[in-house]
Amino acid sequence: MALDRQDVEKIAHLARINIDKKDINEYLGNLTSILDLVDQMQRVDTQNVEPLSHPLDAIQRLRADDITESNQREQLQQVAPAVEEGLFLVPKVID
Amino acid sequence: MEWEAVIGLEIHAQLATTTKIFSGASTAFGAEANTQACAVDLALPGTLPVFNTKALEMAVMFGTAIDAEINKTSVFDRKNYFYPDSPKGYQTSQLFYPIVGTGSLEIELSDGNSKLIGVTRAHLEEDAGKSLHEKFPSMTGIDLNRAGTPLLEIVSDPDMSSAEEAVAYAKKIHSIVTSIGICDGNMAEGSFRVDCNVSVRHKGEQKLGNRTETKNINSFRFIEKAIKGEIIRQIEILEDGGSIPQETRLYDAEKDQTRTMRSKEEANDYRYFPCPDLLPIVIEDDYIDAIRSKLPELPDAKRQRFSEQYNLAAKDAAVISGNRAQADYFEIVATSTKDAKLAANWLLGEMAKTLNQNDLQIDQSPVDAQALAALLLRIKDNSISVNAARQVFEAMWNGEGSADQIISDKGLKQVTDTGAIEKIVREVIANSDKQVQQYIAAEPDKRGKMLGYFMGQIMKASKGKANPGQVQGLLKPILDSLCN
Repeated sequence: MALDRQDVEKIAHLARINIDKKDINEYLGNLTSILDLVDQMQRVDTQNVEPLSHPLDAIQRLRADDITESNQREQLQQVAPAVEEGLFLVPKVID
Repeated sequence: MEWEAVIGLEIHAQLATTTKIFSGASTAFGAEANTQACAVDLALPGTLPVFNTKALEMAVMFGTAIDAEINKTSVFDRKNYFYPDSPKGYQTSQLFYPIVGTGSLEIELSDGNSKLIGVTRAHLEEDAGKSLHEKFPSMTGIDLNRAGTPLLEIVSDPDMSSAEEAVAYAKKIHSIVTSIGICDGNMAEGSFRVDCNVSVRHKGEQKLGNRTETKNINSFRFIEKAIKGEIIRQIEILEDGGSIPQETRLYDAEKDQTRTMRSKEEANDYRYFPCPDLLPIVIEDDYIDAIRSKLPELPDAKRQRFSEQYNLAAKDAAVISGNRAQADYFEIVATSTKDAKLAANWLLGEMAKTLNQNDLQIDQSPVDAQALAALLLRIKDNSISVNAARQVFEAMWNGEGSADQIISDKGLKQVTDTGAIEKIVREVIANSDKQVQQYIAAEPDKRGKMLGYFMGQIMKASKGKANPGQVQGLLKPILDSLCN
């Protein structure tokens, strides 16, 4: 599967990663070889193979629906860059 | 050329768990900002989600309630997008293997017909926090109390072709999730939100038109208005030779119109993949059967029972059984008074009117079922008239006490002593010479209509306390005796 420079920029944008224009060719090469490997895997016949959604052969453990967390706002907000009236503040976003 | 609309709904029902889907923080509504957002909800490094057993149980309850396929293995996926009210940078959802597979339910339409609507799937996911854009001039405030609240997203097939059908379907889902107790159904608080997918095409055409999605509608009336408006908007564009861009729209209730929120160009590319932090959910037949066997009575069954057991009119049975709290309330009143008709009349009349005026739900009513039943019993034993009962109800609503207390405080007890009533009747007749002469002069078959005047005067003279049935029984014979 062939990617172009625009694909790399789009992927970087979706992941909110700031990349240097001069590195795009290198990423392009790396990503293309990863996708080539995926292509190669796609060619294996998996008709009778159950899909694997997790490498661990185990199932999810469940938690009782009981409150175990108390209010720790003070503590948790100490690491936030800006806080007011109990709210986390972020640069204005209007969707 | 005739047009037809194709409508599908995605409904987000907040599950009524005590804690979040992946953390032990409370989901109670209305808490102070960020006091119910723990390290997991904030996506702090090193935290891991642990799935809430109650959320699983509720999703399976819904699946069994609509007789849908339940997938014994389901998997959580990450839906990746960046928005500050979703601190993980993805929403944990289920795309490839949802917990509930295909099912269907029947909706009843106003023309008496019913229609089967398919449910494509229902999957578990987490809600986002809230963004407050207006509070600060250049910043957005984020409250993560809602982040991680479990949601069941119920996706319909595109089987509806009018706003009426869409509303009937949404109401049906609402009555099911509230009846089985998995969602409080409070639309104003956002516990039940509806996304409407709408497209139009020429009648008979097989291919679907481009669709728009109008998001997060939180009342049945707005669903109806948004869909009607959207159908007209799309037809107008197409008839003018235009095309419909596939986009996400918002319904603006104030302007009663939808507007663009996101166009396809900016559409998110969610890059779903299985969440490595969560293992597959595997359930057994025994588990599903146990849930199915303890499922509460469903709205359709309840409606049927109400019309048979209580002899309610079809329409009343449908309205009362459609809301579990109301149905429970009704049953208490109907059983305590042994008069289902009277209970239904008051519930759908005085009670519904007063709840509406105060913007309350039945389970928030200051007059509980036992209290209302006590009032209705006083109508039944002729202690008070229906008019007086309305007065008592109002006083009960305002917290002035029980029905009996208020009746005695306000002196509303009806006079049922025949001697006392007859005295008033005779007094009124003695003071109504002119009307009595007219009565005597009238043709016997016209006289019945003339009783109204006397009734009015007598009720007035008794300050509304004379029992109307008894007055009627006395009045006509006395007047008729004057005619001979």
